[in-house]
Amino acid sequence: MHELPVTQGILSIVLEAAEQAGSYPVQRIDLVIGTLSSIVDDSVQFYFDALSAGTLAQGAQLSFRRVLATLTCGACGYQAQVIAPLPDCCAACGSTEVLVEDGMEFYVEAIEVEEPNNACSNCEINPDEQ
Amino acid sequence: MHVPIVKSILTSNDQIAAENKAVLDQHGVVAVNLMASPGAGKTSLILATARSLPAALRPAVIEGDLASSIDAELMAKNGIPVVQINTGGNCHLDAPMIRSAFPHLPFGEFELLLIENVGNLVCPANFALGAHLALVVASVPEGHDKPYKYPGMFAAADVVVLNKVELKEVFEFDPDYFWRGVQMLKPEAPIFEVSCRTGAGVAEWAAWLAQHVAGVATQNT
Repeated sequence: MHELPVTQGILSIVLEAAEQAGSYPVQRIDLVIGTLSSIVDDSVQFYFDALSAGTLAQGAQLSFRRVLATLTCGACGYQAQVIAPLPDCCAACGSTEVLVEDGMEFYVEAIEVEEPNNACSNCEINPDEQ
Repeated sequence: MHVPIVKSILTSNDQIAAENKAVLDQHGVVAVNLMASPGAGKTSLILATARSLPAALRPAVIEGDLASSIDAELMAKNGIPVVQINTGGNCHLDAPMIRSAFPHLPFGEFELLLIENVGNLVCPANFALGAHLALVVASVPEGHDKPYKYPGMFAAADVVVLNKVELKEVFEFDPDYFWRGVQMLKPEAPIFEVSCRTGAGVAEWAAWLAQHVAGVATQNT
């Protein structure tokens, strides 16, 4: 529901990092989003395509790594990955002594920028190697 | 070329939230972010809480609403200093909005700031405001399954108030099921059952809040 400010946040982090890395075009953006954090991938991509036009990040591919929430049973130790609506008890032993953790992750993990081509097109000597 | 970053998506909001908290601490104010669905009773809880708190803890209020100022007018009528923020359709308050409300607050005249977020069980959980306490208000007519369906919101709660408890039977509300849903996400969050209409449970909640405010204030001095 609030994908516009979220996308603005992603773009500003990405552009800052891309400029620090030498202002090369951004090819891919790795995002880590927990399944409980209510962010819709398609919606972010939609806003991203509009907001990134004319920037270093134009055309970059958004890669979403989803982190599932983990349910742990305090009675038998059973663990399972869960999404909303959450179960109210352990699927293995039926105990209601359960704890749900993770799934709230919400960050930019890395970006992939276009490899700078340092080789001189006339003499084919790479200045980095001299 | 791979460039590692690892930075929260809402870093710029989080930074302003941290600045907001510093301003509040500097003025000796403890802030509470009230989050709930529309109609859960955020405004009623603020009014009932203000009446039950000791006179020295009379709160100021920031009202977040999509467009209207109905709630703010109600606060003002009850003698509560209030600043209205209209989000213009935005589904949540954010840290810059709170910052922009600060110049309109009578700092020095209050120690408790209650921030009424936009009625929504999804988005407000992601946007830090700089408050010291996240309060989620649920209500019986919404149903006992809310923690299971909106886990992000309840995982963000420091304390939960269940309102309209006089209607439990009418809505066949299972309090144990509700409590378990909160506890599996936030085992340490206390839950208070209140009725803002009858006044039941409000004194206990207000006493806990007063004690919590005193605790935060002590930490900051």
